[in-house]
Amino acid sequence: MYPPAEVWWRPIDRLERSWVIIAFVWALVLTAMMPLWFVVGKQNVPVTTYRTTPERFRETVEAFAAEHQVGERAGIPVVAPPPGGDAYVYAQRFSFYPILQLEKGEEYRIHVSSLDVQHGFSIQPVNLNFQIVPTYEYVITLTPTESGEFQVVCNEYCGLGHHVMTGTILVNE
Amino acid sequence: MTLTSERAEYRVCPVTQFKVDLQSEALIKVNAVAAVVALTIGGIAAILIALTRWEAVGLLPPEWFYRLLTVHGTNMLIFWIVFFEMAGLYFGATILLDARLPKPAVGWLAFGLMVVGALFVEITALTGNSTVMFTAYEPLGSNEASPLFYLGLILFAVGALVAVGLFFATVVMARVEKTYEGSLPLVTYGLVVAAIIATYTLLSGAVALVPPFLRTIGIIEHVDPAFYRNFFWSFGHPAQQINLAAMVAIWYAMGVMTVGGSPVSEKLSRFAFILYVLFINLGSAHHLLVDPGLSFGFKTFNTSYGMYLAVLGSMIHAFSIPAMLEVAQRRRGFTNGLFEWLRKLPWREPGFAALAVSMFVFGWIGGVTGVTMGTEQIDMVAHNTLRVPGHFHAAVVGGTTLAFMGFTYYVIPLVFRKRVKFLKLATWQPYLFGLGISLVAVGMITAGIQGVPRRTADIDVVREVPGTVHLSLAVVGIGALIAFTALCMYLAVVLASVFTGPRVEATSLALVQPMEPVPAAAEGSHVAPKGTFVIVLVFLAFFAAFYLANWWMLGRTWFVS
Ligand code: HEM
Ligand SMILES: [Cu+2]
Ligand SMILES: [Cu+2]
Repeated sequence: MYPPAEVWWRPIDRLERSWVIIAFVWALVLTAMMPLWFVVGKQNVPVTTYRTTPERFRETVEAFAAEHQVGERAGIPVVAPPPGGDAYVYAQRFSFYPILQLEKGEEYRIHVSSLDVQHGFSIQPVNLNFQIVPTYEYVITLTPTESGEFQVVCNEYCGLGHHVMTGTILVNE
Repeated sequence: MTLTSERAEYRVCPVTQFKVDLQSEALIKVNAVAAVVALTIGGIAAILIALTRWEAVGLLPPEWFYRLLTVHGTNMLIFWIVFFEMAGLYFGATILLDARLPKPAVGWLAFGLMVVGALFVEITALTGNSTVMFTAYEPLGSNEASPLFYLGLILFAVGALVAVGLFFATVVMARVEKTYEGSLPLVTYGLVVAAIIATYTLLSGAVALVPPFLRTIGIIEHVDPAFYRNFFWSFGHPAQQINLAAMVAIWYAMGVMTVGGSPVSEKLSRFAFILYVLFINLGSAHHLLVDPGLSFGFKTFNTSYGMYLAVLGSMIHAFSIPAMLEVAQRRRGFTNGLFEWLRKLPWREPGFAALAVSMFVFGWIGGVTGVTMGTEQIDMVAHNTLRVPGHFHAAVVGGTTLAFMGFTYYVIPLVFRKRVKFLKLATWQPYLFGLGISLVAVGMITAGIQGVPRRTADIDVVREVPGTVHLSLAVVGIGALIAFTALCMYLAVVLASVFTGPRVEATSLALVQPMEPVPAAAEGSHVAPKGTFVIVLVFLAFFAAFYLANWWMLGRTWFVS
């Protein structure tokens, strides 16, 4: 609080120096973990992104749903994309369209975007979370490792009905 | 030598012998009062939204929940914190340097802009005309918010920028006029660091907010939402580093005021502050880790700047401050064992209590969770869940806000020159607030780990959640009741002292439990801070355990790339 006296250049205490070294090594560990996981981990953040427009994306999703529809739930089509192939989902206040039906252990490229404002794409209870930004088409390459019925919850505030916004992903054994 | 012909009027503080420029003192007072007003509004909103998230209570209808969440975020994160920091800057630039303000009128202009800006935001948010959250993401923000909301935020940022300019001018003038000897005191040095970060932060804030403002008044048609996110967080993230630097500066100040001593190594502490300036100036990608369109390389570089050197800075402070206290205590003769010095610290002194609790909650809860979920891949299991507010309530509430609260207890006698009333309340307040906010944070973090989204009025409507989720949310609600009680205690002490107390000159720095001065003979002797070393090692073990547990958790989810 007061201007320092000559103690300014007092040598650093031995314990303090040890701590700085330990903390520095820890910082290196923190740094190294990300590239390490990038190479060996099975959960990495998707990067593939395309520019799109709400109109264009809606058309793509509707064409996809029409081609692969296998059922319907509460007026929303249930759609089974080919394993290893592409699937398309749009978010729009306050729902997701369509419902996806996937196979456990198969990989899918799930394209998501929004037709209006930003939304969240939060798969529960798996707890994987992504941001959906309008005019950007985000490609999430996903392999479900368990079967059952999963919810997609919107976790970005998107208007007064935000808390009712939900979608579904079905995973067959 | 004097730079301008303007004359300042001073008084000399009877306790610290600091020369106090009366104009600067008046600016400290008005900024502090504005801060406390914002804290009151934000606090009322806090308890209402917290009791809504506690599903068993479910207090507010959704519309009011979102409205008051916007009110809470803007009042707390922006107005309370920034007004208080402005008071801190005037304090550090004038009083601590025995200096005067070069142009007090500029300070008043800045304050005026900030107040008008805050009022615009307050009115539009409270009337439900800008229920867009303080982040106002595009295009929701400019679809739904009033132009006055943006204008208010811009005016506030410009006002703050003007005040920061005045701060730099004051520090430079103090140097030229030689009002102090030698190097800048460490506290002011920390504030200079905060002010440097503030400058480019506020500039990017203005840049982020202008396009949506123009859209609300129909001048432009489209604001790129990803571009906005990037600019917004170039402002929003480093704004948290301002809080960090200011908080650490206040930690050092409160340590010296309540325990005495001096930093073990000025060199290292200053170096740690420099790390802040160099390595956390952007960091915007923390908030964009799972956004479309950004590469692995950009995100990991931007969040870690090649390496986690800013974290290193904080870890250095985490050692230096307790070590400073330990060394002072050992010089007083509390040398038994590893921890006698710790037991004999002034635990009943409000400023010390605030320092201790603030460091603990900030480091152990806020810091550990922040670094963990700021890790690129781990953010996939944390993004926009309640884990995020859990983290920052530990950091900016249990840490920064509590440090600022503790500091206020000393501003009352030294700057307002009033006797602090209800000292008992002041002693208990930091502990109670720390307990309450820790429960809030831990409840939110555990709820978030179970996938509960943030900013959501009601989670039962869309999915059936397990009982453990309801338990976590109940912990949030109970913690909020405790924290709110402690917030009211703080307000009671501050308002009663400032508005009803008689004017008295302070006679000592300590309020409750003065410490013996450190014997001068012991000043130069070498003392090893062994106890501190043990504490930080335990801390690191906890940090590592939490961090690695999160990788393990991530490794169990679906494969994604
Ligand atoms: C009595 C103390 C406090 C309590 C009980 C409290 C409680 C809460 C709750 C329940 C939320 C909503 C979380 C959600 O649903 O997403 C929230 C959000 C938030 N709080 Fe606090 N809070 C307190 C103090 C503070 C303080 C002092 C600050 C800042 C310095 C602060 C900053 C924020 C921010 C920035 C948000 C996020 C707003 C948003 O998502 O737009 N809080 N708080
Ligand atoms: Cu949504
Ligand atoms: Cu939403």
